[in-house]
Amino acid sequence: MTDLHNGNGGGNGPGNGSGNGRLVVEDLENLSFSVNRKVFVSDDVLEGEHRAIFDKCWVYVGHASEVKNPNDFRSRQVAGRPVIFCRDRAGTVRALINSCRHRGALVCREREGNARQFYCIYHGWSYNTDGSLKGIPGDDAYPPGFDKTKKGLVPVPRLEHYKDFYFANFDHNAPDLHRYLAGAKDYIDLVVDQSPSGRMEIISGVQEYDIKANWKLLVENSVDDYHLVTTHSTWLNYMRNSGVNITPAKGHMLPTKGFGKDLGNGHLTTDNPNYRGRPVAKWISVYGEEAKADIEAIRKELVERLGEARAARVADTNRNLCIFPNLVINDGSSVTVRNFFPVSPGHMRVTAWALGPVEETEAQRARRLHAFLTFYGPGGFATPDDVAALELAQQGFAAWREVPWSDLSRGMGNSQQQLATDEGHLRVFWRKWSQLMEARQ
Amino acid sequence: MTLAVDPNATVTRAEVEDFLYHEADLLDQWKLDDWLGLLTEDASYFVPPNDKPDADHRFTLFTVADDIVRLRERIIRLKDPNCHAEFPPSRTRRMISNVRITGVEDGLIAVAANFAIFRHRRNEPVREFVGRYRYKLKRTDAGLKIAERRAILDAEELGRMGSVSFLL
Repeated sequence: MTDLHNGNGGGNGPGNGSGNGRLVVEDLENLSFSVNRKVFVSDDVLEGEHRAIFDKCWVYVGHASEVKNPNDFRSRQVAGRPVIFCRDRAGTVRALINSCRHRGALVCREREGNARQFYCIYHGWSYNTDGSLKGIPGDDAYPPGFDKTKKGLVPVPRLEHYKDFYFANFDHNAPDLHRYLAGAKDYIDLVVDQSPSGRMEIISGVQEYDIKANWKLLVENSVDDYHLVTTHSTWLNYMRNSGVNITPAKGHMLPTKGFGKDLGNGHLTTDNPNYRGRPVAKWISVYGEEAKADIEAIRKELVERLGEARAARVADTNRNLCIFPNLVINDGSSVTVRNFFPVSPGHMRVTAWALGPVEETEAQRARRLHAFLTFYGPGGFATPDDVAALELAQQGFAAWREVPWSDLSRGMGNSQQQLATDEGHLRVFWRKWSQLMEARQ
Repeated sequence: MTLAVDPNATVTRAEVEDFLYHEADLLDQWKLDDWLGLLTEDASYFVPPNDKPDADHRFTLFTVADDIVRLRERIIRLKDPNCHAEFPPSRTRRMISNVRITGVEDGLIAVAANFAIFRHRRNEPVREFVGRYRYKLKRTDAGLKIAERRAILDAEELGRMGSVSFLL
């Protein structure tokens, strides 16, 4: 037993042995950080995550731009619940549980639309877009104490937004969203500052795809710059073939030296000087000569509005931001908002959108979408290889009993700020995850 | 497509079918350079998003929206052993049916067809990609060429299809 845990066998993980039953083991003395692979395969762990994380943390529901007009709606899954994300007739954004108060059927079956009411096809109960009960067929048969004013669609316990990003919390007692987001707000601001009016919008067209891997692997992958050179060499070749300089910075793995940051409350981000072009606002050859002047004009507007320093921060740096537990905003080649929930320990469902300033011209929007597809999404030049890597990891986890520990110690002991190619920011996620999971026990 | 078929167009459905079957065979055999030879110099290839199958790629986020430049880069990528999602290459089998010439516009022959593509990889269940093609074909001295190719999936979401990492 001791040989297995201290030798070169698969058990070699936490510096001092088996981890005493803990799933995330940080050893500051021996500078090791290990995650037990049970967390990727266990039904019990997933059940614990539902209760300790998805029922307690703020989880992303949608963006205000998706329900622009009164009575606009979107139906979707949020932390396993069917939810109607809508704007009621008076203009208030709501998130209602999509389940008839009578006998439970979904009352909204369409993906999106505009409707004056939600209607249950089973017995015909209908609801206004603010959730209140509108009508019940044959309501004279109900007993005297039956109170129709208390039979509206149930709203999610808490719904709050930061700059149009709406989050739900299934815990009535949760701290408010703005406090929860902590340092992540600064990075959302950097994304939103791309718009002259501070208004961003979700662009039409959604990418919904499954990955046969544990959901936490996509958190890691979304912010892990260590994998870029190996997993995405074909994308780097494409950039190079298009005239983009991808030569690694001296002593670094990537073309620029970037950092991994702890934003508090389990949120984290990469913070990288840009080399890969940005629709707002850094031209690269992939965009074509004809785009040069336009991008310069976008840049000029940024400088006039924000000043040189802030404009450079917005336009010359990229960020892969993870808001604990499962919202990722990647602001690099383009902006993608990516949300994912577990279906089972080895299976997640991803929903991804493109985000852009509402003011964009047709040409700017087309360029943004083109830039998006160079890297992101299930048909992009990079994301499919991320999916492949995550699915291979999940397949490897089948031997979690023999090879129980994953290593996340990159950069430990480095007193300088953690690089984006280190794992300091990944450890931020795991510490928060571990804290919430252990608090439950 | 409401256009009348140009009576002067000499292409027949049988010719178009032969062309599409040949194309499917090249793709299933991963003869990707030969497949590039079937394209015009300004060809484009689209896979619209599942929720907006009839949308315009300039305003809507697609799954794939390649001009010829990116399409050539995509082929370079697909042939690279570091294209991890497709190495080793998936085994695919395409069934093409319901082929129709639906119109002629600006010298381009509009063609509709249905497809079912079965994709097999080791350690994975089969993934089925079912949908319709919309082609714009050009008659050239070197035979028919593809000017535009649109693979529109029927599924409401990609879901268990996962990535679209090979050419649909």
